[in-house]
Amino acid sequence: MNNKIASGVIWISIAVLGASALGGIALHRGESINALWFVAAALCTHALAYRFYAAWITAKVLCVDETRATPAERLNNGHDFLPTNKWIVFGHHFAAIAGPGPLVGPTLAAQFGYLPGTLWILAGAVLGGCVQDMVTLFFSTRRNGRSLGQMARDELGAIGGIAALVATMLIMVILIAVLGLVVVNAMKHSPWATSTIAATIPVAMFIGLYMRSIRPGRVLEGSLLGVALLLLAVAGGGWIDHQPGLRELFDHPALPLAWAVIAYGFAAAILPVWLLLAPRDYLSTYMKLGTVVLLALAIVWLQPHVQMPALTQFTDGSGPIFGGKVFPFAFIVIACGAISGFHALISSGTTPKLLSSERDIRMIGYGGMALESFVAIMAMVAATVLDPGVYFAINSPAGVVGAEATAAAAKISSWGFPVSAEQMHTLAQQMGEATLFARTGGAPSLAVGMASIFGSAFGSGLIALWYHFAIMFEAVFILTTLDAGTRVGRFMLQDILGNAWPKLGETSWYPSVLLTSGAVVVAWGYFLYIGVIDPNGGINILWPLFGISNQILAAIALSVATGILVKSGKLRQAWITGLPLAWLALITTSAVWEKLTSSDVRVGFFAAAHSLSDKLAAGTLPPAKAAVAPTLIFNLQLDAALTLFFAALLWLIIIDMLRICLRHLNGKPVPPLSEAPHQATQLEEAAWARD
Amino acid sequence: MGTRLSSWLSRCWRGIRRLSGDDAYERYLAHHAACHAANAPLSRQEYFRRSEEQKWGGIRRCC
Repeated sequence: MNNKIASGVIWISIAVLGASALGGIALHRGESINALWFVAAALCTHALAYRFYAAWITAKVLCVDETRATPAERLNNGHDFLPTNKWIVFGHHFAAIAGPGPLVGPTLAAQFGYLPGTLWILAGAVLGGCVQDMVTLFFSTRRNGRSLGQMARDELGAIGGIAALVATMLIMVILIAVLGLVVVNAMKHSPWATSTIAATIPVAMFIGLYMRSIRPGRVLEGSLLGVALLLLAVAGGGWIDHQPGLRELFDHPALPLAWAVIAYGFAAAILPVWLLLAPRDYLSTYMKLGTVVLLALAIVWLQPHVQMPALTQFTDGSGPIFGGKVFPFAFIVIACGAISGFHALISSGTTPKLLSSERDIRMIGYGGMALESFVAIMAMVAATVLDPGVYFAINSPAGVVGAEATAAAAKISSWGFPVSAEQMHTLAQQMGEATLFARTGGAPSLAVGMASIFGSAFGSGLIALWYHFAIMFEAVFILTTLDAGTRVGRFMLQDILGNAWPKLGETSWYPSVLLTSGAVVVAWGYFLYIGVIDPNGGINILWPLFGISNQILAAIALSVATGILVKSGKLRQAWITGLPLAWLALITTSAVWEKLTSSDVRVGFFAAAHSLSDKLAAGTLPPAKAAVAPTLIFNLQLDAALTLFFAALLWLIIIDMLRICLRHLNGKPVPPLSEAPHQATQLEEAAWARD
Repeated sequence: MGTRLSSWLSRCWRGIRRLSGDDAYERYLAHHAACHAANAPLSRQEYFRRSEEQKWGGIRRCC
């Protein structure tokens, strides 16, 4: 009884603290606000949602049954199906779902002010993203760890399965292109960043050789050695930057760097995994965990003040980083921090094969996404503790503010965010860079934010090292996503082509490997190339496109889940996935509508294409721009077709799901539930799986 | 007190090895001895190669 009262008091205090933190963030105007309030609001929101909402869903809607044997136990084969301790599964699951998305998205969305992004990261995660990850994990666990595409086919029919496959492939292409662009923007004319990122390739290869042949399977040893070498590469980059003969070798404009990234992507996709991808993955996982923990500690210790206003004038759609109003675009650009369809691919297929008990589903599915949303909140803090003038100077592309420093600074100051060319010059010198202007994409501004936080926490003498450490850390796992994504795209393409010509479907037949890897690299390489030559900064086009496709994949996952809930007789609780699905359908459809019909050339694809072809016809474009204009016009039309296709895919699957639900409710035949039959677990409590 | 600390430390160490996959071969040997004792187990190097190829056969990384 006493325990009950104590726990009641604790949860009420958490609720009160969370409500006051959120209220403080939402209503605070004028002066700067302590970043600790963001951390408090996030922790309380996640804790309450986890304790009450997630517990209610697992107990009353999903009816998690811990006496039921999981696929890991029933199909245990010692490698991919393997009952595993829940903390270990949590670690693997989180390492797989957390990529650069939650760091880049909130940084870009900070142009609207801190409020829209923060509220969406919290509400979107606890009501949408966490629920999506958890129910997908649950349904896949009940279906022998089947993938999202297979579940869509089994539960809804062939259309759903094909839609999920096509959406996944397209997202992959756009995701890789935009991440490549983020890396290119961090490397252009920066010998330090370029040489450090280049050095990570031989480091990864050496570790690959080490773990395969020198000391096989000694993962910890190899990874520690690799992390030490990466830190050395950061310091070595600084040394190269100061060597007159050497630094020019690494000082390049964006376009050659983009070609280098494309060539790297192709090489990485056809090299054996053990040489580059696997060791890089180990290194990026350690880097990611270490840096995120360090950033959280530094924010709690230093309690920096958020300088960005709650809302900026750019909520009207005139933002310099990407065009578009706060609705729907704030909900589109923060893709992975609030809800990410990509996670459904990990939650189905990969993680369910490791679960030792259904009881762990809440912690891994819901808790893993809650932690990812917490990372997104920290990225939001790191972006908004910067002086807003500096934030806009780093992130505004040259096509919007001009290429010349004084003019750009004057333009940004005229928006009410004072910044001077000297201030930017001093900052760039501190960071060991020639310039920080127009480094659109989030990675550099996040690195400046992190470097200033770490600099004040651990000594400002090392600030240039911290900056390049942050750049290296982001580049390492962006390049991991690029390798892994190209490879996944290749597998899917081989799978599809294998239906027409079985030989092409053989994943180890080298001509097919070369052909399909090449096709995937050409696809994302094309968007990366366009992103680099686009004077408005390709982020303006590519990141919203990525956000739209990622949210549409989430909508597909939620459609599958809603269909299964209705078919399982849970119509009255189907709103847990139906509501986020409706919201995603609303925001993605309005974003697609805006992208197609807006007359603002920075939002509407057709408006931009018309304006460009008018200028080309009138001969008002400078020769360099006139040369690329036809390519840009074609690309704008292609992007328009692509968004239209995404929207069609979304509505196709929603209508298909509703059709199945209506048939079920009217007692007509539907594809049967594909749940595996109940089998009692033999795993003992406190057995080896829970050591 | 000393023994509690050292047992806590060794649990942490076990967790880190488990999480990183450092002890995967030992766990494989245990599983092999329990379930497939008739055949000879793979060597450490063979096991590591096989598991790496399996691991990267599917979607392993998100955005």
